[in-house]
Amino acid sequence: MARIPGEGLAKGLAVTFKHMVRKSVTQQYPEVQPDLPPRSRGVIALVEENCTVCMLCARECPDWCIYIDSHKETLPAPEGGRPRARNVLDRFAIDFSLCMYCGICVEVCPFDALFWAPEFEYAEYDIRDLLHEKDRLGEWVGSVPPPPPHEVGAEPPKEAVAASRPARGPAGRTGDEPARAGAGRPAAEPAEQAGQAGPSVGPSGRSQAEDQGERGPAEKTARREAPGSRAAIRAIRPPGALPKRPPASATPAPPSETPPETPGASETSGGAARPGFSGTERRDTSSTGDESPDIRPAAASPGDEAAGDAAAGADSPAPPRPAAGSPGDKAVGDAAAGAESPAPPPPSAAGSPGDEVPGEGPARREPPRALRNVRSIRPPGSLPKKDAPPDRGGEG
Amino acid sequence: MAEVLDVALRLIVIVVVFLALPLVVGQMEHKAMAHMQSRLGPMYAGGFHGWAQLIADGVKFVQKEDVIPAAADRRVFALAPAVALVPYLVVLVVIPVGPGLFGVDLDAGLFFVLAVMGVGVLGAIMAGWASGNKYSVLGGMRAAAQLVSYELPLVLAASSVAMAAGTLSLNGIVEQWRWWWLPWQAVGAVVFFVAGLAELRRPPFDMPIAESEIIMGPMTEYTGLRFALFMLAEYAGIVVLSALTTVLFLGGWHGPLLPGPVWTLLKVLALAFVVIWVRVSYPRLREDQLQKLAWVGLVPLALLQLALTGVVKLIAA
Repeated sequence: MARIPGEGLAKGLAVTFKHMVRKSVTQQYPEVQPDLPPRSRGVIALVEENCTVCMLCARECPDWCIYIDSHKETLPAPEGGRPRARNVLDRFAIDFSLCMYCGICVEVCPFDALFWAPEFEYAEYDIRDLLHEKDRLGEWVGSVPPPPPHEVGAEPPKEAVAASRPARGPAGRTGDEPARAGAGRPAAEPAEQAGQAGPSVGPSGRSQAEDQGERGPAEKTARREAPGSRAAIRAIRPPGALPKRPPASATPAPPSETPPETPGASETSGGAARPGFSGTERRDTSSTGDESPDIRPAAASPGDEAAGDAAAGADSPAPPRPAAGSPGDKAVGDAAAGAESPAPPPPSAAGSPGDEVPGEGPARREPPRALRNVRSIRPPGSLPKKDAPPDRGGEG
Repeated sequence: MAEVLDVALRLIVIVVVFLALPLVVGQMEHKAMAHMQSRLGPMYAGGFHGWAQLIADGVKFVQKEDVIPAAADRRVFALAPAVALVPYLVVLVVIPVGPGLFGVDLDAGLFFVLAVMGVGVLGAIMAGWASGNKYSVLGGMRAAAQLVSYELPLVLAASSVAMAAGTLSLNGIVEQWRWWWLPWQAVGAVVFFVAGLAELRRPPFDMPIAESEIIMGPMTEYTGLRFALFMLAEYAGIVVLSALTTVLFLGGWHGPLLPGPVWTLLKVLALAFVVIWVRVSYPRLREDQLQKLAWVGLVPLALLQLALTGVVKLIAA
């Protein structure tokens, strides 16, 4: 095939002309903020309430740029056992002049206290100002976006599945099967609803409310100033946290119990309060939008569908729960089981302030989930901890 | 009195066009080139898509220090930008924009235009010689070589049109123009346009400037306002070349629906766009390729066009 003379010249002209009519990809950055995906490595946000000063992040940090100070406080045990010692965070600082944004601290945090936020405009004139103390780190929490939804039809997040299982118990094998069944059902449900909400459970369950509602806009707003997501994150309880609001409602003497706790740790009171306020709005959304029930327990959250499922079954004492419910003793999970069965009123009275919609759904769901889940959740990468064996047994 | 007023008005309009159109073409180059390179180009100056960028550039140039090298031939150095710029202004005087819309209708308008455009190149040669800089001299020599090579096809192609129209008056040529001249004079049009590009030292024929080899050629030592005048001369040259091509080969104000001057303006801007387009698309020629293109490519083609024009003219007559 003979080459047409001037063909190459015409090709060159065509290329440039095509580029001219094509839309330019230039981003007008200062005027138009970039649309960063969730989990963009912008800045690390700290949810102070969730930090148990386990020091994992500080130890794993390749740059050693995380500084943590803490002290121990002893709390009288709720049931009159030996007093419990717990860590109180005094200082948590990340030096972003050293940080290399590897994200290992976020990965390694077993208590969902560290998150990636897509903010990146925190340049300073003085390098020393890049040391963000915990209040500054806490401010970033507001811009943590909700995690992207899973694919339609994907398996529900591990956390959700785990949370729907009975907490633990020596009678693991027996409790196992029903639990599986229980887990299986919710798994199917989310798949159905996935089209609309995706596995809205989100591993950590933050901002499910948004997930449920209008996804698109919600996500956008969530990026910049997501009150919802913030509330959700705040609501996440670390697995190890002691029961803040007396689940003790189950136990005979609630009044005697609550006072002792509050003096012990400022955090407890704070923790007790926080779920309250953040809980209200969440609760509102949940009560309006039917199925965004739980966010607080979300840390451990079972899929809400799972939760709903459990809750639905809760009227008639759900099979799995009692089975696994375990005679378990000191465990919070136990208390949870206890709190669960007594039914809505007590938790509402004790834990969450006036928000409690008498409505069956939310009221019933929350307390159980929060407590049940807590112990059953394992961070994906973590090695089996000391209390793992029982869990394993429970989970099969 | 009325005659004087008439002449004054025409001259004022021409000066305004001379100052405004190069800016329009420059802005078009900024934006079109940017988008062809997947950029946005100026976006800030003036607020709307950087429309005031060239004005801002002008303000910047005015504020700069006017440096004249110690080794420079001061007078020639200072005069060179004017020599480069003024011929294009003079050429605009004789270009007809619409029926009866022209500065002056010269009988030998085509001669005048080609002669004066040749003077424009002298500005570059003067600047190259006077700067006292080896790069400038090299650039000046290249400009001279380019002028010598490309003046010939330019004149040959233009004379083909003059033959076809039977007149040297630009106004007369446009009046004689018929649509079938387009295919008839197509080769001549291409030769004229390409040779004109080379004469303007526009890419891909910008060997005299060739940043990668000889800094900025004749303009190496120029700063501030003088440099701005050279740039203005370049864009004025684009306008003049586009206008001449329009008048000689594209029928000037002839066109359906729209009034004549609008047609002229549209054709001029379209050709100016082609100048920019070619600049963005092609790499710079080498010096020997440039000479080869002129003598092996354009001159024979222009002669062919001349022969074709003569044959058709004879048969038609």
